[in-house]
Amino acid sequence: MSNNSAKSNLVIAQKMVKQLRLEASVRRIKVSQAATDLKNFCLQNAHKDPLLVGVPSSENPFRPPKSCTLF
Amino acid sequence: MLRGSSAVAIDNERNKHPSDVIAAASAARARRSGRVGLATASRSTSDPHPAEMATHELHPNDTLTTLKMESENLKAKLEEERAKLHDVELHQVAEKIEALGQFVMKTRRTLKGHGNKVLCMDWCKDKRRIVSSSQDGKVIVWDAFTTNKEHAVTMPCTWVMACAYAPSGCAVACGGLDNKCSVYPLSLDKNENLAAKKKSVAMHTNYLSACSFTNSDMQILTSSGDGTCALWDVESGQLLQSFHGHGADVLCLDLAPSETGNTFVSGGCDKKANVWDMRSGQCIQSFETHESDINSVRYYPSGDAFASGSDDATCRLYDLRADREVAIYSKESIIFGASSVDFSLSGRLLFGGYNDYTINVWDVLKGNRVSILFGHENRVSTLRVSPDGTAFCSGSWDHTLRIWA
Repeated sequence: MSNNSAKSNLVIAQKMVKQLRLEASVRRIKVSQAATDLKNFCLQNAHKDPLLVGVPSSENPFRPPKSCTLF
Repeated sequence: MLRGSSAVAIDNERNKHPSDVIAAASAARARRSGRVGLATASRSTSDPHPAEMATHELHPNDTLTTLKMESENLKAKLEEERAKLHDVELHQVAEKIEALGQFVMKTRRTLKGHGNKVLCMDWCKDKRRIVSSSQDGKVIVWDAFTTNKEHAVTMPCTWVMACAYAPSGCAVACGGLDNKCSVYPLSLDKNENLAAKKKSVAMHTNYLSACSFTNSDMQILTSSGDGTCALWDVESGQLLQSFHGHGADVLCLDLAPSETGNTFVSGGCDKKANVWDMRSGQCIQSFETHESDINSVRYYPSGDAFASGSDDATCRLYDLRADREVAIYSKESIIFGASSVDFSLSGRLLFGGYNDYTINVWDVLKGNRVSILFGHENRVSTLRVSPDGTAFCSGSWDHTLRIWA
């Protein structure tokens, strides 16, 4: 193995350790807390979600209205 | 590697409280293992600031062996730390919520005109225009209400794998096998030759897999088969930041909703989903639980989580604050890869386009499938919910796009 490739392997390994240290130091919260927040966001915004609650045909531009007007 | 920790935790839950079991195991491991690695990555919240640890200089004693050992220790520690906080499953938290009723979603419009597989599409902020790109080299702008084609551009390459609408609605970006991302300003004059105004912005050393404008028409984020993502200035074509870390082709990316700051997530053939800081170019979180290529990533509307779709036939939800996978959307009967995913406005529904020609609709919180949509006659390759959430559009290898509502 040449000196250059040995050096670059070392650099790569160093970078990996550096990256892992960064990831390991991330501040985390409990899943119960995170899951509750996701659930609350869904519930709070449910009424505004047209695909979830449906909107009357007259308000949805993609649903055909009951009567057609031709321009 | 960083996989399978959720399976272990579920097993433990049946017998004892998971954090007790995991805490005991990690304490035992700490006593047994050497001082390298664990000494530098301590568990308390009074950790040295990540920036300090990251600037640790190269020591003569830092041989490949010690670095590799430290790598392994850090990976194990990462897994432990994540498992410690895994006290409950998402669907358990969602148990008391009312189940979703029957969904009636049908194809409301079919956009025909592409001569070959549709590979990508994007909505305009006006909630009615759509840009789509195809293997036939064409990029078409449609009015989804009327199904009229408003603009069409022929690219110099086939397989235009990526396209995006500018926030202003005045331009579109696209690219693919040409290794570039080009921006075309859209003219009101239908007779004007759009190709003449083309501006080449991004240059990669392999195919362009995805592109997205940031908050303005001025910057574009790209991902490529060359394993990198990059941020470009549209006007000058200058590279503003590059993102290195994926070990293979990057297939998809999504920008965090603007309120949550300057981050984006990318997914690749290395089975990893990486979250990046756009300003520093740093990868701040990485998730590796998929068993195959990640074809699509999409942020949850609050910005606190993101979903992914993969060739391993599953879609998964990762919470960024818990720093782990929190849900898997799969069924034994689904054996084909998921190519594209997107959330409904509230984040309660996850739409997934699959290679078995179907679209599966999942209850994000409870984890079950609520609907399966048939209609396409070949793989669904791309899927996006409209900006106001009233409909979603799917594109397929059957040459068509469908609007569902």
